[in-house]
Amino acid sequence: MGDPMRIRATEQPDGVDVRVLMSHEMETGQRRDSAGKLVPAHYISTVTVSHSGKQVLSAEWGPAIAKNPYLQFKFKGGRKGDKLTVTWVDNKGDTRTDEATIN
Amino acid sequence: MRKHRRDFIKLSGVYAAMAAAGLLSVEEAFAQQARNKAFEAKSLDETVKLLGGTTAVQSGEISITAPDIAENGAVVPIGVTSKIPNTQNIYILVDKNLNSLSAGFGIPPGTEPNVATRVKMAQTSNVHAVVKADNKFYVATKEVKVTLGGCGG
Repeated sequence: MGDPMRIRATEQPDGVDVRVLMSHEMETGQRRDSAGKLVPAHYISTVTVSHSGKQVLSAEWGPAIAKNPYLQFKFKGGRKGDKLTVTWVDNKGDTRTDEATIN
Repeated sequence: MRKHRRDFIKLSGVYAAMAAAGLLSVEEAFAQQARNKAFEAKSLDETVKLLGGTTAVQSGEISITAPDIAENGAVVPIGVTSKIPNTQNIYILVDKNLNSLSAGFGIPPGTEPNVATRVKMAQTSNVHAVVKADNKFYVATKEVKVTLGGCGG
């Protein structure tokens, strides 16, 4: 369970613009610590965004996504006041879901 | 190597559990593992093959928004816009990273084929945006110069 995500969803004439900032260390598994040991990989592998029960974006990530991942996209059919759910799962099976309201 | 195997088994378990819970169908769970393989590919051609294509055709309909010079390879903003109709998936690949594939996005109907995220880059490299539309693969490429690498260090 990581820290809460920051989600901003705004209704625009051509769709809902979604910006998500997740809090995750996104460890590549290639870095060594001060003792020279490999730091095990720890990264978000799957992200799904749903709007009123319908999936509007899915993402599969590798360890090459930058620390504290940022994601931006746009979808049609959302209205002001609707709820948007963002879920991520990392390679250790940890998961977090956050909800935001479109405004 | 052992570590890898254990992670793989653990992940397989997660997908199996998801399949059992009805979150994923069995076929989807298998497709998921094939996609995970794609994340281990070392080149553009290999990645496209593992994603189920043969070759990717160069396309002017895809645009990549990325800096020409990235000062910090640990955080390189990359945006991809596809004007190809029926875009199903968008993939971001960094040629000279240890594993090329950085991210894959599934674009359901109603969502614009336009995504942006931030990736890590080990060194100056070509960035490929691969788009899957109507089960065909298209690609566009842009070079991003990196002054400070983002892997290791």
